[in-house]
Amino acid sequence: MQPFTTHSGIAAPLLVDDMNTDQIAPFLPSRSLKDDYKVMLFNRQRFREDGGEIPDFVLNKPQFRNAGILVTGDNFGAGSSRESAVWSMLANNIRVIVAKSFADIYRENCLQNGLLPIVLDAGVADAFIVRVVAADGAAPFTVDLITQRISGPGGPDISFEIPGADRTRLLEGLDDIGMTMKHVDEIVSWEREAAKAQPWLQQAADHRR
Amino acid sequence: MPRTLFDKIWDFHRVGQRGDGRDLLYIDRHVLHELHAHHAFAQLEKQGRPVRRADITFAVQDHTVATKPGRDENTNPGGTAFIKAMREGCRKNGIRLFDVDDREQGICHVVAPEMGLVLPGATHAVPDSHASTVGGLGALAFGCGTTELGHILATQVMAMKRPKSMRVRLDGRLGAHVSAKDIALRLIADLGVAGARGYAVEYAGSAIVAMPIEQRMTLCNLNIEMGGRSGFVAPDDKTFAWLEGRPYVPQDQMWDRALAHWRTLTTDDGAVFGREVTLDCGELEPQITWGTDPSQVVGISGKVPEPAAIDASRRAAAESAFAYMGLEPGTPLMGLPVHRVFIGSCTNSRLPDLEVAAMIVKGRRVADGVFAMVVPGSSSVKREAEAAGLDRVFRDAGFFWGESGCSMCAGGNGDRAEPGQRVVSTTNRNFENRQGPKVRTHLASPATAAASAITGRIADVRQLVGSH
Repeated sequence: MQPFTTHSGIAAPLLVDDMNTDQIAPFLPSRSLKDDYKVMLFNRQRFREDGGEIPDFVLNKPQFRNAGILVTGDNFGAGSSRESAVWSMLANNIRVIVAKSFADIYRENCLQNGLLPIVLDAGVADAFIVRVVAADGAAPFTVDLITQRISGPGGPDISFEIPGADRTRLLEGLDDIGMTMKHVDEIVSWEREAAKAQPWLQQAADHRR
Repeated sequence: MPRTLFDKIWDFHRVGQRGDGRDLLYIDRHVLHELHAHHAFAQLEKQGRPVRRADITFAVQDHTVATKPGRDENTNPGGTAFIKAMREGCRKNGIRLFDVDDREQGICHVVAPEMGLVLPGATHAVPDSHASTVGGLGALAFGCGTTELGHILATQVMAMKRPKSMRVRLDGRLGAHVSAKDIALRLIADLGVAGARGYAVEYAGSAIVAMPIEQRMTLCNLNIEMGGRSGFVAPDDKTFAWLEGRPYVPQDQMWDRALAHWRTLTTDDGAVFGREVTLDCGELEPQITWGTDPSQVVGISGKVPEPAAIDASRRAAAESAFAYMGLEPGTPLMGLPVHRVFIGSCTNSRLPDLEVAAMIVKGRRVADGVFAMVVPGSSSVKREAEAAGLDRVFRDAGFFWGESGCSMCAGGNGDRAEPGQRVVSTTNRNFENRQGPKVRTHLASPATAAASAITGRIADVRQLVGSH
């Protein structure tokens, strides 16, 4: 995983709640094993069916075309567990999402991919949104995970909190499987104990065969 | 100290704690599908990591498979590469695959229970948000993303923060033609699409005790639509009877031993939940969504709400839903013309769902201009339905009778409606564009869907067949 330390970028306001993964990364008719995640992102909001752009959508506006930070409302990433909803952000160089809250699985998928999910309390978030809207893409914001601060136009730095362990994992770009495999002895010993206590869990056989 | 059932299952499966403070939770059964499996197989191969427990890992082709009779892996060209890649990954890693032509293929959340791959008190993971469907049998199930899927393949554990516990008590006797789907829609409406976020939800109460296993699965399936991390029902005699004799369920002495343990899987009296919710289901009428998220729900006799009646924080979303759905506030749901009806998906495609719909359809015809589909949840369900003559009932009425798969739920196999069409669907998400660009989805029960197919309009099934 690519480590995350700091990220500067234009902040684009997507001022809705409950943005679901069907909107973030829709199934496209032309699916393949290597989907075009860049095109997939908000595809139905960004493009008409004939392929033309929908100019009103925030990421199509000239000042937000190269946004690197997405600012949004409550429960971002609701719905399906599809990780393409994170990959499509990264494919568009969006590496930070600032929200009032995230859906559980979406937040987990962010952490797995070095996409920083920042949660701000509603009041702080609303004040930040005012600044993002006022900046209107004219100047970037900088997100620093080391100091846990957001800096940029229109006011003082804003501090945010990421649980310590998640922060370390992002800062160091730690490999999730590697972290778990340090505990392989515990896994093996759990399996041994479970095989005695509830043996049916450790075996799965089709009795007809 | 009294413990919840969730505590008991979690504590037993907790292998340890990782350096980052996450619990490592052992996964007893892991079920893959083709939409995400290939990424994970490729990731592990690149890292040179083996699949740790292929013997308790299973795979089902479901999201992209065609439903057309006589289908194969090429019928939906968009799915072929996914199907082949999962097949190859399963072959290399020795994973039991329920392939497109397997007589037990189907939707992963339907196949796993009917094969007995789901056991009470066991943990279960699927790279799909509807994983907790199988909570209806008393298993603790978690949905996950693709990277986590690779992590489970390599380690057989999930690294998670322990969710909080919520209990939803469902009391009262359900009225005629009211089912778990209606209860779930009402709960999502009351609690909101993030109402259970961070919680593992135990469903309990007299309505649960009376509820058949398949409906318990419908209820647990929809738990994610209120944001829940997992959802389950404590196992009881109905659960044990439902499971006994299924292919992967322990037999003989092992069954006796397992059963003795399963009978201990209850929440202790006095155990404390982080949140408790109660719903009296006695007065509930059939429910249906009017908007573009599963919390935008009214009773079938209701109207599209007026903006003034909607919580201020939800008003903008409602306005956008009015526009997308082509509905004015104050419009009755009943009587809206319907272009398409879909009965299927991991939510409502098990045999009893099809039986309920067939009873309503029998001797009637799908209304002119309506395209109505039934897609059984598994090839086994399809066979059983055919043995009971249900396919004839549906086909005689003018329904399409398909091969099993996820189909129109998300349209991943190409089964979609046309732009602007109004669909009554027994699925789980009415999100914009999910069933096709500009398609207007109304979520409802199999009974409501069947009645709407016959009348060609959103219908109250009780008016069509009487409320007995």
